[in-house]
Amino acid sequence: MTQPTNTTGWTREQMAQRLAQDIPNGSYVNLGIGIPELVAKFVPEGRTLIYHTENGLLGMGPSPAEGQGDPELINAGKRHVTANPGAAFFHHADSFSMIRGGHIDLCVLGAMQVSKDGDLANWSTGEPDAIPAVGGAMDLVAGVKSVYVITQHCTKTGDPKLVDSCTYPLTGRGVINRIYTDLAVIDVTPDGFRLVELSPGVEFEYVQQRTGAPLLPIQ
Amino acid sequence: MINKQVQSPAKAVEDIFDGATVMIGGFGEAGSPIELIHALIDQGAKGLTVVSNNCGSGEVGLAALLKAQRVAKVVCSFPRTANSTVFPDLYHSGKIELELVPQGTLAERIRAGGAGIPAFFTPAAVGTPLAECKESRVFDGKEFVMERGLKADFALIKGKLADTHGNVVYNKTARNFGPIMAMGSKVAIVQVERVVEPGEIDPEIVVTPGIFTDRVVEVANPAHESALVAAGVCYP
Repeated sequence: MTQPTNTTGWTREQMAQRLAQDIPNGSYVNLGIGIPELVAKFVPEGRTLIYHTENGLLGMGPSPAEGQGDPELINAGKRHVTANPGAAFFHHADSFSMIRGGHIDLCVLGAMQVSKDGDLANWSTGEPDAIPAVGGAMDLVAGVKSVYVITQHCTKTGDPKLVDSCTYPLTGRGVINRIYTDLAVIDVTPDGFRLVELSPGVEFEYVQQRTGAPLLPIQ
Repeated sequence: MINKQVQSPAKAVEDIFDGATVMIGGFGEAGSPIELIHALIDQGAKGLTVVSNNCGSGEVGLAALLKAQRVAKVVCSFPRTANSTVFPDLYHSGKIELELVPQGTLAERIRAGGAGIPAFFTPAAVGTPLAECKESRVFDGKEFVMERGLKADFALIKGKLADTHGNVVYNKTARNFGPIMAMGSKVAIVQVERVVEPGEIDPEIVVTPGIFTDRVVEVANPAHESALVAAGVCYP
């Protein structure tokens, strides 16, 4: 695991672009903070997605021009956003009813670890001096119809993020459907990780070596 | 005649007592009732339990209330902030207790408290450390964890407009926890930019019906937390 993975495979933008292709027109989508936010930039022409942000806005639009931000119009990452035509504001209990009640079609999140059973760890390293903070991640993974992860395949130190079982505290158990990494698109199935697509120039064995559980071939 | 308007933030918070549970609205700075929080700092109540999604930024508003060591415990989903060390310092030195709650569970606990529901089952946090030692049940083949409704003695809330009957309208994503905290508290105190006479707000657009509101106070030009932090303001 000594080879850096950032010289091979998709860039962050390409990962986001690849994921965006898989979101059907008209979907209600919640994008997490970080790489997931990039997905909105790459939605294919002709498709309209409605973005939900859990702090109380459906129909979230892009960031406003510099200096045009409204401190009372923000997203879950507390950044200034806009409201698209057709948007709606609502309170937190309604917002999480949309999430927990299965009304949101897709959520895209970052990950620290994903297990072969679809367990997700993305909120805490479990270190005793860390300030625990969870936000809405546990509600999102428990309630949204499909939950996709977008992440680098390995950590900065080269350890696999796709693992046999998570060592960090869980965000949810058996909640992830699909993973988009710099190296591949991988489904979580009842049989474990199954390859859907390799990024250009990447071999199956290269991905398997960097994955902490068996990788089933493309079906 | 009903008139819930009080004349100042100081008057609005004067009876908040030591050891009270206080819900404080806001998600980040959006909807944070800064003037009411500052009035509470001036008033001096201590040993408070604060229910709020975050723990403030810089050293103003909620972060200033924590810094002044008036808060014994926070019930919160995301106490970390990039630009504040107030909560981490208190937490690391053991001067504040944290009950960490998933954000949707926090919202539903507040709603349930206000709706007369003592407990409910949610799928959020099942299988995680935040569900440990909590009762769980299986419904239709899926596991759920029991969470308790939350009630507070007081709520501090920021709205946009209210009438003297306590009907409230909010501004954009500053609505967040306001409506449910008004329900979940015995005494809901709402600061708004303008208080109007009954009849001036179309009943169709009222978000919080006056029955949930106890006091409204006009703060015509509320401060924004980010502007205060950028200006280096520390309260008091």
